[in-house]
Amino acid sequence: MAETTRQEFMLGEGSGTGGGPQNIQLGVGPAHPAMHGIIRIVTELDGEVIVNADVEIGYLHRAFEKDCEQGGWNNAIPFTDRLNYVSPLINNFGYASAVEKLLGIDVTERCKYIRVIMSEISRISDHLTCVGASAMELGAFTVFLYMIKAREYLWELVEAVTGARLTISYGRVGGVKADLPEGFAERTLKAFKETREVLDEVHRLLTGNRIFMDRMVGVGALSREETIAYAITGPLLRAVGVGYDVRRAQPYYTYDRVEFEIPTQKDGDNYARYLVRMAEMEQSMRIVEQALAAIPDGPINVDFEGRPIDPAAYVDQGKQGKTEGLLLLPITLSPNLQGQQRADLNRVNMGDKRVVLPPKETAYGSIEGLMNHFMLIMEGYGIQPPPGEAYFPVEGANGELGFYVVSDGTDRPYRVRCRPPCLPPVAALPRMIAGEMVADLIPTFGSVNMIGGELDR
Amino acid sequence: MGVGSFFTSKLDEALGWARKYSIFQYPFVTACCGMEYMATACSHYDIDRFGAGLPRFSPRQADVLFVVGTISHKMAPVLKRIYDQMTEPKWVVAFGVCTCTGGFYDNYATVQGIDTIIPVDIYIPGCPPRPESVIDGLMKLQDKIAGQAQRY
Amino acid sequence: MEILAELQRRFGDAIVETHEHHGDATAVVARDAILTVLAHCRDDVALAFDVLMDLTAVDYLRYPGREDGPRFEVVYHLYSIAHNHRLRLKVRLDEDDATVPSAVALWPIANWLEREVWDMFGVRFDGHPDPRRLLMYEEFVGHPLRKDYPITRRQPLIGPAT
Repeated sequence: MAETTRQEFMLGEGSGTGGGPQNIQLGVGPAHPAMHGIIRIVTELDGEVIVNADVEIGYLHRAFEKDCEQGGWNNAIPFTDRLNYVSPLINNFGYASAVEKLLGIDVTERCKYIRVIMSEISRISDHLTCVGASAMELGAFTVFLYMIKAREYLWELVEAVTGARLTISYGRVGGVKADLPEGFAERTLKAFKETREVLDEVHRLLTGNRIFMDRMVGVGALSREETIAYAITGPLLRAVGVGYDVRRAQPYYTYDRVEFEIPTQKDGDNYARYLVRMAEMEQSMRIVEQALAAIPDGPINVDFEGRPIDPAAYVDQGKQGKTEGLLLLPITLSPNLQGQQRADLNRVNMGDKRVVLPPKETAYGSIEGLMNHFMLIMEGYGIQPPPGEAYFPVEGANGELGFYVVSDGTDRPYRVRCRPPCLPPVAALPRMIAGEMVADLIPTFGSVNMIGGELDR
Repeated sequence: MGVGSFFTSKLDEALGWARKYSIFQYPFVTACCGMEYMATACSHYDIDRFGAGLPRFSPRQADVLFVVGTISHKMAPVLKRIYDQMTEPKWVVAFGVCTCTGGFYDNYATVQGIDTIIPVDIYIPGCPPRPESVIDGLMKLQDKIAGQAQRY
Repeated sequence: MEILAELQRRFGDAIVETHEHHGDATAVVARDAILTVLAHCRDDVALAFDVLMDLTAVDYLRYPGREDGPRFEVVYHLYSIAHNHRLRLKVRLDEDDATVPSAVALWPIANWLEREVWDMFGVRFDGHPDPRRLLMYEEFVGHPLRKDYPITRRQPLIGPAT
């Protein structure tokens, strides 16, 4: 007797997967608890087996690409936050780097390290959310609570640096908004220690768990050829054994100077994707630890004459004509609210007047600084990359996140295109779930890590 | 005040008190705000302390609709249908500035505030609102539930 | 770069223009030749562009100096895992004949990407198996990423889902 397939075993011999009239249509979503984010999957079922599926997206289309064309180059950064809102920092930096490529400029060394550190923290929080949510959908609610707890530790770090938890708008063309706060390294190491404990617990709860494995192993698999043909990148590609990672293939920032491994698996099923994500979190923490050890202080070209004064007093003194030595006085701005103090600003932003806002001391204290500030803020001036086009890929949490920007030489982007890393796996979802049970749809969809903001833009 | 109205007002109070601590919410999560919704619902901020810990993913079993995240034109009819499926008494919370006014998505695809589609009881602004302001909004909703004339 | 020189040698006039601004190898290909060029890029051992990273379009209606030229450009970003190199191919299209041969037969991901370009720009893909909108709803009139579509032009809310 021929070996029975899993489907025949479950349904009895001879159950066909033909398009017979007995097949029923089942719509899942767009308002379905497991469709975190919004998506509609119309499945055609033969009994409990999915014969065919059609995926409908676009429920969160918010006109990202059109919105970006409306304001200046830096004004697009808040919109990029809301693409992949679980790891917004990577989007910020990806977009900023694309514009920097267009401008032909390079950011400071310290800024590169900050971008590496913040990207990796984002990546960890993204993977935590993805693994936690997909475990929750399989009934492991505890894991979800643990993972969100760990994410909270990381978000506290993000908040200390950027001033916001989620929509951080921290990247800037030519630098970042603010320098790292004091004591950041110690706080990070402490948060990582706690995160590692959580990951350890989750490993013990899930990795060898019979129920979890039954739902994940061998489910939602995609062959290596098909994964590549569908342009899938990131953890899903590494789960089929292809070690492609933009951080290694085309190193940007300082990724060529840190040691890390690219975890791969062979099977390409949901379990392999889970293992890849779990291993990647550890690698990301390794990267951050190395970067924190190597981050340079950077040039601080300011000499301290007096004590810092508050911005209002600074402006008042200038109005009264007490300008002697005023430009040398640092002012007391909260670094993560404004980040424009001279010392911090020069450390993390490149010294290019065409791109980076002047420090507040200069803007308040000299006419050149004020003009410079105006020229960058006023409509019709601002950052003006030369006409041309550039594509810059970074490794997002879901795979290659590319920004294709076109400039017509004015202060507004002519076109901003985001290559969304989670669109290809969602497009391939019908292939992953065809021939599987309807219940397998949930873990497979969870492992894809669909993020609505990025998928629909 | 007659004896009858004394009883009904006391009964109202008792019912209002009970209702405000047994919120069964339907999280209509669409976008970024969902991340903060998760954070609020999980152990760190713990919405369960306010008697709202149980999300029901069926509109038939829920009495507060949390609209969490941007509603696009494509999504609007779905939201309307979910609202219509909920049974009375029901309340609606607009979670995040996109649901309040459309936020900074002033474009062809985005609904400019869900109150153009369904009635809203509490608006929680923020992009996204911090968990603290979500809890604040929830407490305002509880006051509203407790204070209004109860139908029974 | 070698890739561009190789393409020019092989396809001659079909390669209309090339440039390498910012280090991105770019070739503008004649529309009739695009499928042949794409297939060659994918199958040639030396090129081996096995991933269609991105497919999008740009509307050059208001681009200074290009107002009268072909309105649309369809942009293909290719990547080769084996050789770790990239290539950008572009096809220029006139507004009244905005049609490109579909690349779905070469890469299945082109299916969704081409649907998105049709949705957003109104560029048609000849031979596409499923030419529906991807992001917007069927009742939506127009193509929002075209430069002459104002960002705030709202359309009536659609009725309850059926």
